[in-house]
Amino acid sequence: MKICCCIKQVPGTTEVKINPETNTLVREGVETQINPFDLYALEEAIRTKEKMAEAGEESTVTVISMGPPQAEDALREAISLGADEAILLSDRAFAGSDTWCTSYVLAMAIKKIEPDLVFCGMQAIDGDTGQVGPGIAVHLDMAQTAYIAEIRSIDTRKMVAKRLIEEGYETVELKLPALCTVVKEINEPRTASLRGKMAAKKAQITKWGAEELQTPEDKVGLLGSPTQVVKIMTPPCREGGEKITGEAPELVDKLYDTLKCLEVV
Amino acid sequence: MSIFVDPTKCNGCTLCVKSCATGAIEVKDKLAVIDLEKCTLCGACVSACRFKAITIEIEKQAAEDLDKYKGVWVFGEQRDGKVAPVVFELINIGGQLAKDRGTELSVVILGDQLADAVKELASYPVDKVYVYEAAELAVYDSERYCRVLTDVMRDYKPEIVLAGATTTGRSFMSGVAIQLYTGLTADCTGLEIGEDGLLHQTRPAYGGNIMATILCPYTRPQMATVRHKVFPTSAKRCEGAAEVIKLAPKPTLFSSRSKFIEFVETLGEKVNLVDADIIISGGRGLGGPEGFEMIRELAAELGAAVGASRAAVDAGWIPYAHQVGQTGKTVCPKLYIACGISGAVQHQVGMKSADVIIAINKDPEAPIFDIATHGFVGDLFEVLPALTKKIKALRGAPADTCIV
Ligand SMILES: Cc1cc2nc3c(=O)[nH]c(=O)nc-3n(C[C@H](O)[C@H](O)[C@H](O)COP(=O)(O)OP(=O)(O)OC[C@H]3O[C@@H](n4cnc5c(N)ncnc54)[C@H](O)[C@@H]3O)c2cc1C
Ligand SMILES: Nc1ncnc2c1ncn2[C@@H]1O[C@H](COP(=O)(O)O)[C@@H](O)[C@H]1O
Repeated sequence: MKICCCIKQVPGTTEVKINPETNTLVREGVETQINPFDLYALEEAIRTKEKMAEAGEESTVTVISMGPPQAEDALREAISLGADEAILLSDRAFAGSDTWCTSYVLAMAIKKIEPDLVFCGMQAIDGDTGQVGPGIAVHLDMAQTAYIAEIRSIDTRKMVAKRLIEEGYETVELKLPALCTVVKEINEPRTASLRGKMAAKKAQITKWGAEELQTPEDKVGLLGSPTQVVKIMTPPCREGGEKITGEAPELVDKLYDTLKCLEVV
Repeated sequence: MSIFVDPTKCNGCTLCVKSCATGAIEVKDKLAVIDLEKCTLCGACVSACRFKAITIEIEKQAAEDLDKYKGVWVFGEQRDGKVAPVVFELINIGGQLAKDRGTELSVVILGDQLADAVKELASYPVDKVYVYEAAELAVYDSERYCRVLTDVMRDYKPEIVLAGATTTGRSFMSGVAIQLYTGLTADCTGLEIGEDGLLHQTRPAYGGNIMATILCPYTRPQMATVRHKVFPTSAKRCEGAAEVIKLAPKPTLFSSRSKFIEFVETLGEKVNLVDADIIISGGRGLGGPEGFEMIRELAAELGAAVGASRAAVDAGWIPYAHQVGQTGKTVCPKLYIACGISGAVQHQVGMKSADVIIAINKDPEAPIFDIATHGFVGDLFEVLPALTKKIKALRGAPADTCIV
């Protein structure tokens, strides 16, 4: 079975802060990380491979990332965690891609691999859209489900997955090939093994650009993107209000009064 | 298509350097230099520059006549015939947009046996309700929903389409936009018609650290998913009713490679955090799963939903569905009460847009106090039970003995 996992390199969480004086983003260094949700997606890809191996079905996990050349670091980290192969989709022509074009480029790469199963995170913490995963599935015309919290069963032809929605859990059966986006509840990602780290150092990262993917110029990057960012601003920081101290009974009275003023009691 | 720095305008002030999330800009000899290997053309520096020294050029034109597209449409999400609360918020903002564009507001609803839902929707201030009823659409199916809505959009050509940023909206609207080759802006918190007549869509990114305004200038419809609880709910209209238009199902669109098996509702408590007006959340300070009993008791009194920090979820004290924050849910209630939560940035990004934040924490230095409207420094084990007791006592006679 061929399994693909899409991972995105995002700024380290604590790195993006706002300087209240200049109202601009402050970064200490340019620390990056694998998008947290993608770690769960990768873990599920590896676990699926392991599960399939038990059933006598050899499988491979290919991680794919689209981004600037430094996204290679994220791919190496994925190999240290257990991915078999890594592909970097990088090209000046891809810069400025919105979710339409990002999912298109990823889909063009995935099409070359012809996987049975594709995993994505439920969303990336920088863009926060959650649109790329479902978008890839539509570009490729494959079955899909988003927000999965558990794979109940899987074989080479179909899978049963449980998805987390607002009011509870929905169970669906999907024919493979299929794409799933995962939530954090699905697993507990492993840490890299020593062997994994060695493999990551040595690994050959395949690089594909617009030429290899045969993506027309007007379907990628800024040019291909239907949306355009026209303004970016930093919202005013939320200010803390009063801080109330005192003995517990006093706090309870003040808390009650606060709730009363807010008309919730 | 590329990015340029005008050396006659740039004075090397480094505002752009600070605005760049990928570290692609350096100032050399008082001139900003952009490393094209790192630049993602996101445009942050263009807005940050006070001297208009940075420009991104795109040569692009509309592929077809955009004037053919008319009207504002709202996706009338429903489950088992019950319309999602966010739809009434969309009707409100959608109505405003329609007015500004001098056009009509329509709701489109997909499902089966929708009579009650349609009646309800038609009683709101909308011009038309388009109803697509088929047994195959009785439960949500990504493929079918995506194909059917795409088809309806092709037939009716709305100018603007809004859907809730719910798990459903986020699961399939992306596919609709892909098939129509148009833009979809996720999770909007601000929508207005600009002087250019375009829909200006504003949304938080980087965990709410920045707000980006996004346009879809060359293709239609302009599509957006909209965050819950940002726009007020529409008032019901008393007289007159919207025109109801039944759409003829096209069974060729109903093939699907997925099959719905079951839906299990989370019972016992209200977890639907995103729709809740009040959320009471607990963190590691609760000390264990028993701590959530205190939270639940208070929540029951206030009619609130129960949230949690990641620390509490990871400790196994409460299911993940309750987690608020970067790797959980983003919520926007009227009131958020954080109990025994330190307020790490990853938690804050999920709740800091609440109207009012109350924090109870015994550590006066906890970061949650930096954003709390009312911060209570104290021991939650003393405060919470006493508060619940007081609310109960002062509530007077229980409702069932109360004669109105
Ligand atoms: C990639 C990534 C993603 C993350 N995503 C999330 C996320 O989505 N959501 C999230 O919440 N976190 C997230 N985190 C974790 C986050 O960084 C914090 O570790 C977490 O929020 C801490 O939870 P807490 O406040 O409950 O625990 P702590 O930080 O341990 O705080 C407990 C607080 O309780 C107070 N306290 C203790 N006893 C009492 C008492 N008796 N009375 C009153 N106060 C008391 C303490 O003073 C302390 O401030 C993420 C982290 C990473 C790295
Ligand atoms: N540039 C990218 N490269 C690889 N995968 C991506 C990229 N962007 C998004 N994804 C995948 O799509 C998911 C959703 O991202 P988003 O739609 O940007 O919130 C992520 O969790 C990744 O699995």
